[in-house]
Amino acid sequence: MNVWDYLVDLIPNLARNLRAAVEGAGFSDGAVFLVMGLAGVLAVTLFVMLLVPPLTFLERRLVARAQVRIGPNRVGPFGLLQPIADALKLMTKEVIVPSQADGLLHLLAPSLIFLPPFMIFAVVPFAPGGVFTNLNMGLVYIIAVSSLAAIVVFTAGFSSANRYSMLGAARAVAQLISYEVPATIALVTVAVAAGSLSLTGIVQAQTVPYILYFPLAFLIFFIGSLVEVNRAPADLAEAESEIIAGYHTEYGGFKWACFQLGEYTHMVAASAIIATLFLSGWKGPILPPYLWLVTKMMVVILLYMWIRFTVPRIRVDQVMSFAWKFLLPLSLINVLVVGLEVVLAPSLPVWLIAINVPFAAASIVVWAKLYRVLEGPPPLTQRREIPGVTSPLPVPEPAGTAR
Amino acid sequence: MTLRTDPVTINFGPHHPSTHGVFQMRITADGEVITNLEPVMGYLHRGCEKLSEGRTYTQVVPLTDRLDYLSPMSNNVACVLAAERLGDIPVPERAEYIRVIMAELQRLANHCAMTGFLLNDLGTFFTLFHYTMREREKILDLFEMTCGTRVTVSYMRPGGVLQDLPEEFLPRLRALLDEMPHRIDDYEALITQNEIVLARTKGVGVMSKELAIAAGCSGPMLRGSGVKWDIRKNDTYSIYDRFQFDIPVGTNGDVYDRYWVRIQEMRQSLRILEQAYRDIPQGEVRTRLPLFFRLPSGEAYGRIEAPKGELGFYLVSDGGIAPYRMHVRAPSFINLGVLRDLTVGYTVADAVITLGSVDIVLGEVDR
Repeated sequence: MNVWDYLVDLIPNLARNLRAAVEGAGFSDGAVFLVMGLAGVLAVTLFVMLLVPPLTFLERRLVARAQVRIGPNRVGPFGLLQPIADALKLMTKEVIVPSQADGLLHLLAPSLIFLPPFMIFAVVPFAPGGVFTNLNMGLVYIIAVSSLAAIVVFTAGFSSANRYSMLGAARAVAQLISYEVPATIALVTVAVAAGSLSLTGIVQAQTVPYILYFPLAFLIFFIGSLVEVNRAPADLAEAESEIIAGYHTEYGGFKWACFQLGEYTHMVAASAIIATLFLSGWKGPILPPYLWLVTKMMVVILLYMWIRFTVPRIRVDQVMSFAWKFLLPLSLINVLVVGLEVVLAPSLPVWLIAINVPFAAASIVVWAKLYRVLEGPPPLTQRREIPGVTSPLPVPEPAGTAR
Repeated sequence: MTLRTDPVTINFGPHHPSTHGVFQMRITADGEVITNLEPVMGYLHRGCEKLSEGRTYTQVVPLTDRLDYLSPMSNNVACVLAAERLGDIPVPERAEYIRVIMAELQRLANHCAMTGFLLNDLGTFFTLFHYTMREREKILDLFEMTCGTRVTVSYMRPGGVLQDLPEEFLPRLRALLDEMPHRIDDYEALITQNEIVLARTKGVGVMSKELAIAAGCSGPMLRGSGVKWDIRKNDTYSIYDRFQFDIPVGTNGDVYDRYWVRIQEMRQSLRILEQAYRDIPQGEVRTRLPLFFRLPSGEAYGRIEAPKGELGFYLVSDGGIAPYRMHVRAPSFINLGVLRDLTVGYTVADAVITLGSVDIVLGEVDR
């Protein structure tokens, strides 16, 4: 076996070699299982944690490029060591816990923030046979695990005993729960089309990436994931210009760094899901499969970043009404149409793309127009009347011409 | 089952990224909806008005740089205008043109900054902010080559300006005039038809025409509400009657209209600058006055259309070399008076952009 073949199937080969070595050392079956499991956990953790610092650097350089400035370029060649310098600085900072804060929860939240993305990576296939655990209902598992982030964010906001944090926590929970619904329904399409809930099965079923078959589902899920990873334009939970840093206002030093890294790990995890479900995962010519997966993830991550540099933030009620009034009906229509297509043409012929792409565009446009009609013309004022509050305050009559 | 909710009081500021300085909004919110808002000012009070009583009229000018530090040139113009009205001091033709050029450049710079800050408040992560700051830098470069400083210019003097324009000024101004319309197009491409911006700003912070007039608002705040009132036209000062320009007015008086009015004003400023560039004559730039000149006792009010609204300087003289009393009618401060009425009933996020659309500078609010 030459080196290239070994590298192409790096992950299964490494696993096989490790298993052979451990079994050769005469361990019992249980011990082998334990060692293999720990090695898998280590591998997945290392993969994510090694991907995140370069990402922070990349985002800072890219945003600098978008904003006609230079960005970090002092530490190391091209500023490549900037993440390390940042980490060192943050680690040496004083740990501050507000006196009113719930100490235990305040400490727990920054560590738990990493939990959901790592758990998601347990089922993401990096290569044929290169998956930590090939769960036969991986899709359901992903949906369940990704909701955990809401609890962690709420814990952070609630334990800080800060009003900005509380607002941020409330916003985070509201938007995470709302966007679960359309995103999940969009995923139904993928499951139905692939005939499998296992992520490996879904990748194997994609002869053509599902983004071409189901552009509408992709868009809905992409927007949903944008909200769930707390990225602009839906970074309401940490809206810098409104509630400063939202749920992590009261965190400094390394705890703050944990949240920052947590945000990136969430982004990495979401991009892995999108790459797997819609961009045909590891599949691709020439390059080893895991590199294809990482490449596709990077494309999605760059898309996230690009959006962040460009658009303003949406308001809370607009985020919510967009989820419930726009995305949810759209995702239901999508499920209906895809269901019909799968029943009528179970082999998913390629000409379905020619139907689905125009259909996606048309349904978005038609539903947007219809939505405008149903809602009526935009109101001249978005003000809500508050009982018992007069505004403008009554202007007192001028008391004659005194003096 | 009904849940009982308590309103929560949030102190926005004085340390907050979106209060544009040391300003505090005491917001009472029911969930995300604001039920009351109390602006708290005075953190930046330096006593500029009192300080001016111990200084000659020329020495007062540097104080005005520090009022609205985003548009010091306009402050200078307003201050010397009051002194000139009081003393009946003639101003040479060329100096008047230089003043107009500087004031309009300042308006461009100020509106650039305001637009960038507004988009920051909306949450665009500084992208447009850096674009607008780039153009503002070019204008500040022009100031620097004219008077040596970028922000604390102190360029105007009673009876003219400090010194003549340097040789390279007008070519650089020409280059800026050629470039700026495209840059404004760039800003508009990012903002004016942006769906999220429209959703966030249309119908937010609505101020009726009546309220705007009753509250004494001026500048883009007033024009955004549809009142066609511009001191450059309605109470012409300097040589503004020689220039052709329009007064853009909004219709609805919301945050979007106030933004839109400012963008249109930038275009109108460019029109004025083009005409001033074309017509600027040669000649003296300053009427010679004694070092410690005295103004006759009496009072005078000089007001101009500053970028933020009506900026007025009220001077009382007792015949000495220093003002007996000086009062500044600060547009930021008076426009801020309606903040409660513009924010009650909207959400916390709306309050931030409404404050951004008022376009305040705390140096001027607190003086």
